[in-house]
Amino acid sequence: MIRFLLTAVVAVLTLTTTARAIEIQEVTSPGGIKAWLVEERSIPFTALEIRFKGGASLDRDGKRGAINLMTGLIEEGAGDLDSTAFAAAREALAASYGFDVYDDALSISAQFLTENRDEALALLKLALIEPRFDKDAVERVKGQIVSIIGSNQKDPSEIARQAAMGMTWGDHPYGSDKDGTIESVSALTRDDVLVAYKDVLARDRLYVGAVGDIGAEELGVLLDDLLGGLPETGAPMPQQATYLTEGGVTVVPFDTPQSVAIFGHEGIGRDDPDFFAAYVMNQVLGAGGFGSRLMEEVREKRGLTYGVSTYLLPKDYGYLFLGQVASSNDRVAQAIDVIRDEWSKLAAEGVTPEELEDAKKYLTGAYPLRFDGNARIAGILVGMQMDALPIDYADTRNDKINAITLDDIKRVAERLLRPDDLHFVVVGQPEGLESTN
Amino acid sequence: MLRLTLFALTAAFSFPAAAAENVTTFKLENGMEAVVIEDHRAPVVVHMLWYKAGAADEKPGVSGIAHFLEHLLFKATDNMEAGEFSAVVEANGGSDNAFTSWDYTGYFQRVAADRLDLMMQMEADRMRNIRLTEEDIVTERDVILEERSQRTDSDPGALFGEQRRAAQYMNHPYGVPIIGWRHEMEQLDREDALDFYRTFYAPNAAVLVVAGDVDPAEVEVLANKYYGPIEPTVDLPERVRPQEPPQLAERRITFEDPRVSQPYVIRSYLAPERDAGDQETAAALTILADILGGSSATSVLGKALQLTEQKAVYTSAFYSGMNFDDTTFGVLIVPTPDLSLEQAEAEMDAVIAQFIEDGVDPDQLERVKTQIRASSIYENDNVSGLARRYGAALTSGLTVEDVQAWPSILEAVTEDDIIAAAKLVFNRDKAVTGWFQKPSEEVTQ
Repeated sequence: MIRFLLTAVVAVLTLTTTARAIEIQEVTSPGGIKAWLVEERSIPFTALEIRFKGGASLDRDGKRGAINLMTGLIEEGAGDLDSTAFAAAREALAASYGFDVYDDALSISAQFLTENRDEALALLKLALIEPRFDKDAVERVKGQIVSIIGSNQKDPSEIARQAAMGMTWGDHPYGSDKDGTIESVSALTRDDVLVAYKDVLARDRLYVGAVGDIGAEELGVLLDDLLGGLPETGAPMPQQATYLTEGGVTVVPFDTPQSVAIFGHEGIGRDDPDFFAAYVMNQVLGAGGFGSRLMEEVREKRGLTYGVSTYLLPKDYGYLFLGQVASSNDRVAQAIDVIRDEWSKLAAEGVTPEELEDAKKYLTGAYPLRFDGNARIAGILVGMQMDALPIDYADTRNDKINAITLDDIKRVAERLLRPDDLHFVVVGQPEGLESTN
Repeated sequence: MLRLTLFALTAAFSFPAAAAENVTTFKLENGMEAVVIEDHRAPVVVHMLWYKAGAADEKPGVSGIAHFLEHLLFKATDNMEAGEFSAVVEANGGSDNAFTSWDYTGYFQRVAADRLDLMMQMEADRMRNIRLTEEDIVTERDVILEERSQRTDSDPGALFGEQRRAAQYMNHPYGVPIIGWRHEMEQLDREDALDFYRTFYAPNAAVLVVAGDVDPAEVEVLANKYYGPIEPTVDLPERVRPQEPPQLAERRITFEDPRVSQPYVIRSYLAPERDAGDQETAAALTILADILGGSSATSVLGKALQLTEQKAVYTSAFYSGMNFDDTTFGVLIVPTPDLSLEQAEAEMDAVIAQFIEDGVDPDQLERVKTQIRASSIYENDNVSGLARRYGAALTSGLTVEDVQAWPSILEAVTEDDIIAAAKLVFNRDKAVTGWFQKPSEEVTQ
């Protein structure tokens, strides 16, 4: 049992490092597909991370959940293989292919042995280029998704998250869950799945990272073979999202002994000049595990929660600064008061020199530790490309952290932390809390 | 294939251990065992200290004390202030945490390899030197009660699991939840914590696991320096927990909660665990779980109930042999909406009976073994996972040799072994069958 649960912290910053002479190469295939590569020959396998920008936010009107459904169907049969035959072929190669989708991208995480790399990639190619989307598989996976949606409707954290996103983003895709609703998913057809496939898997939105037992030339050939058959373009990218919420409290009644609260307001973009200052500030406020002000005040001093955390969430089309806490119904109001107070205090006063120093030490020291295995590094390489960071970014990243001053933090705290705009969505039966407006 | 994440069941498949050449062991004079796993790809180290003491080693009436103590180890010692441990780790760019199970309690830090010295110094300090105030007890007890609220009381599936487990183990303390029963947690005090601490937090009940960019000889020097001087507990109790009596009658549970969205049937059978020098049955059960319910697309249950006939949205079989005492083997069916739990249970049982009659598909067994062999390559990418496996094994009654022999024991499992294991384990007298559903009035309305 893990002592401290970092509740639903989305990886916010995808940076990389040169832990020890890790050399990132940019590879361009003969057919023009770009990828970043780290050759790591000590273990005879390769991790390949492929992402298509746009992701679930490309769902068409009235078809919410189609892209998520399509993602779940990619490996449910391809070419002349039905879903069982496809899975058996993959197992026989001891390869793994993970298909996932989130608001801003669809991701494919593959790992395959050097000894049967060609076969493993031929099979993956079959899934990407010739997915069958058989009608019985469509119905089966729809059933699974409907089951998941139903369960999420009874999960306090999910209820809070979805309510908060709905209020924040309204009709923008960010305002609804990528899984869709039971109604929208039930109405999806095989044709909708085919449209979703064509909308998302296209070469003009493709990002690739590879780490492992493979060289640049081999990778180039592999990429052309694997991805060259995809169409050039897909659906147009989503519009910018508009932030719609005001400060206050929304109580969502739910019969449970402990209330879950998601709180926050607008955030800051990844390319904003003050992003690093905000990032360091958040380390002090709520991201720094046991050392953070919120953990100290809400958990360590008062025992009001098992975990409280905050995070920057800079998506492609809208930015949030969010936090989450769970506290018993009779104590959640107190936890919220403490959080508001800390928000105000940091907004007004900034951080202390010691806090800034500790945050920098942690962030710069933790940086090399992110290189935690081939698959993890492959993911980082793709994230860097999607954030349009330079390939030598790793060499300057810690300098950017170290350059942050107390004045920088004070400036960004005044700008970013707006206690009056904080909106708390509370799911449970909180005592002494009522919805505003 | 979509993963239904609502069922966080034990992985059916435990991967074999790293190539033995990367692993070094030594033992200190005070009885502390140590395992070093080398991985020089990045200048990082994982330092873990495991105690052979978990929730199943608690005295009756103080359930949750092993886990509560784990929290309290982040408070003050003779040499450090409350919270200083984690603050120092973070100031060095590292991360740290801890975990409690029925058979062990573990503490770990992940830091740059040149900070190992400091981690050992601090971990050795809190093995014997904690200083608990009454205020620590009161505040942190609120935290663990909030943790129980968050992880268990807010989750009907977790409450259901707790009830099933209590029914499965009629006498063994595995039937008591790690977090503790709430009414006992509320009464836990400083003396309860110190009693557990003084007994079990000792070098002769501890296993050190260091994994990463380190030299085993240097690790041994550091271990001798920091852990070496600590006195062992001389009267460390032998690890004998109350054992199960003969289980002679099936237990059935119907758990109803308005928060249930997706009903399901789950059954667990009492099953043998991996024992030192005797892992063959556990190996057969491990592969049985994979064959029966490992993959929705190719497993026996998945093919029959999810693909051929769409009677389930999800099926699974699960087994974990890494236990000090008797473990369980489980099967699960999440039916499609038009099937009752009674029908679902009958369908699942029919498929299992047919499987025992038909025997194992040799092609499927070969694929499972191919993946086992491949995992000995992939697993080298995750040295923290390897460290965790050795720590769990050595605190669950196994030896380093057992961990290293495990892949070849899995490899030797035959089709007949799997069917024999199935016949052994599928005994309803030793089973708990649970139905998880909405309150009955809602079902019939």
